[in-house]
Amino acid sequence: MKPVLMCRDVVVDFDGFRALQGVDLVVYPHEVRFLIGPNGAGKTTLLDVICGRTRATDGRVLFFSHDITQRPEYEIVQIGIARKFQSPSIFPFLTVWENMELAMRQDRRLRSVLRAKLTGEEKEMMAAQLEKIGLLDERHRLAGSLSHGQKQWLEIGMQLIQRPQLLLLDEPIAGMSAAERERTGEWLHEMAEHCAVIIVEHDMDFVRRYSKQVTVMHEGKVLCEGSMDEVQQNERVIDVYLGRGKNACCASGM
Amino acid sequence: MNKRWGYWLFFAALFLAPFYLTEFRLSLLGKFLCFAIVAVGISLIWGHTGILSLGHGVYFGLGAYCMAMYLKLEASRGHLPDFMEWSGVRELPWFWKPFAHPMVAIAAAIALPTLLAALLSYFTFKNRIQGVYFSLLSQAVVVVFVTLFIGKQEWTGGTNGLTNFSTVFGFSLSSPLTQIVLYWLTAAVLALIFVMTRRLTTGRLGKVLIAIRDAENRVRFLGFNPTVYKVFVYSLSAAFAGVAGALFVLQVGLISPEMMGIIPSIEMVLWAAVGGRHSLMGAIMGAIVMNTAKSFLSENYPDLWLLLLGALFVVVVLFVPKGLAGIYESLAAVRIKEKRGHECEARVDVS
Ligand SMILES: Nc1ncnc2c1ncn2[C@@H]1O[C@H](COP(=O)(O)OP(=O)(O)O)[C@@H](O)[C@H]1O
Ligand SMILES: [Mg+2]
Repeated sequence: MKPVLMCRDVVVDFDGFRALQGVDLVVYPHEVRFLIGPNGAGKTTLLDVICGRTRATDGRVLFFSHDITQRPEYEIVQIGIARKFQSPSIFPFLTVWENMELAMRQDRRLRSVLRAKLTGEEKEMMAAQLEKIGLLDERHRLAGSLSHGQKQWLEIGMQLIQRPQLLLLDEPIAGMSAAERERTGEWLHEMAEHCAVIIVEHDMDFVRRYSKQVTVMHEGKVLCEGSMDEVQQNERVIDVYLGRGKNACCASGM
Repeated sequence: MNKRWGYWLFFAALFLAPFYLTEFRLSLLGKFLCFAIVAVGISLIWGHTGILSLGHGVYFGLGAYCMAMYLKLEASRGHLPDFMEWSGVRELPWFWKPFAHPMVAIAAAIALPTLLAALLSYFTFKNRIQGVYFSLLSQAVVVVFVTLFIGKQEWTGGTNGLTNFSTVFGFSLSSPLTQIVLYWLTAAVLALIFVMTRRLTTGRLGKVLIAIRDAENRVRFLGFNPTVYKVFVYSLSAAFAGVAGALFVLQVGLISPEMMGIIPSIEMVLWAAVGGRHSLMGAIMGAIVMNTAKSFLSENYPDLWLLLLGALFVVVVLFVPKGLAGIYESLAAVRIKEKRGHECEARVDVS
């Protein structure tokens, strides 16, 4: 099978500080890949590089056969990579419905947006998506007035309606209740029917429950890859987490 | 529906103004409608897109000067314009020559401001210069142009600007009928620009603009290129200002560097702020109300105006950030609530 994403020897240098020091990552279609590692390991930075928010100092990022290493963010989105940020970033002064309308897969050039009108088919699709994330009844509300959890869901809905081929999630369950976490976890695998997912997560219980493949990062490098069980047995991983003592963010869960 | 009736009523009142206003008041209102056209553009870029421009005086001025050049040439009847003779110029400069054709002048009055705005906004927004830095840059452009227009007296008429016109398309500018026709033209242009901008802001474009205003980065990650959208609306608002300038000079008969300077540029922003920058109709009202107040005050207490303007700015920013439109909307919201309340009671009665 052809990989969706290939990162080769990606280096990011922030004025002398090497946040990524040669990262390789290959993700296949329909895969849910968990990225874990202590704070500052470079997980967010890696997602930033993939979606074009941060430029790689060296190395290449391939999306199918496109080299996207130097493309602007909006082009990367247009060819099929969606990104969800750590804090919910919906548009507070647009309604739930309008948020979805902007997120929907469409021609995003000015000249087509000027003429754009929702077709019946599009409306149905948006309604179906809203139904799934439980926000259909809230569609006329300003997104800014939703609860924190609802905002998270809206944002996930906005990612899904983009119909991406690769979805990047950065700590999506932060601030969610236990029930919401569970729904998110189930969703992850439903999402994977349509696209590949890379997810950064700190909550080890969540990772253990919903992961197949895990990539552990540490100090800007990939430490190891495998199932959660394999990863937990890995000497170097144990060293890193034990070496960091009990304060390290993930230590308690390992 | 209610709102739409309000709009019809407003524009009907504007079109009928020649029948109930004196010649003097009508000429004032004509001038204010030009300002209202500018205010619509300001609302579009500031209220809807979050771009605060302190440089719209220049676009207004450029439009006005383009039109004025044609009027000046028509008034000079084949001779050199008077101020050029006084400055010792022998021959009409090459760039003045095309302005003998009114169509060239009108086209330039729209194209030049648009082009200048497109260049300025493209290079700043592309490099992701935003917020206060953009505002300062736009103001720097004002300083450059005012200095240039004052300094190049032999080409621009210097501090006096361009004035002493006689006819437009051969019709006397001093005739009341010409002035009424020009007033109607201005009202029609305002209506057209209002309707067009409203369509833009209520369509999907309007949603993209609000999204850019509130979270530009997020918009990028939805696959829109904000630079293109911002350059588009900024240039469009400059085109509005240019048209307004051209209509202004036809009715007022004068344009000078002072009228495109920093203070007029700030006043333009204030019209929208006082009226409610998020609302196109609010911005129109703001321009009319503020300028009515200004002409009343400067007739009676000329020194007071600038002070009051400053005070007003502070008050609006601190206490009424949504301006007149905001006040109107909260009143309307209360009314709707009361109405809903009655409906609920009615329903309770039935059951
Ligand atoms: N824009 C930046 N400039 C300088 N250093 C940065 C920047 N962004 C992140 N870093 C540093 O890079 C390292 C990796 O950060 P990050 O990718 O956010 O880690 P993680 O998401 O794994 O916790 C951290 O040490 C962080 O301080
Ligand atoms: Mg992070």
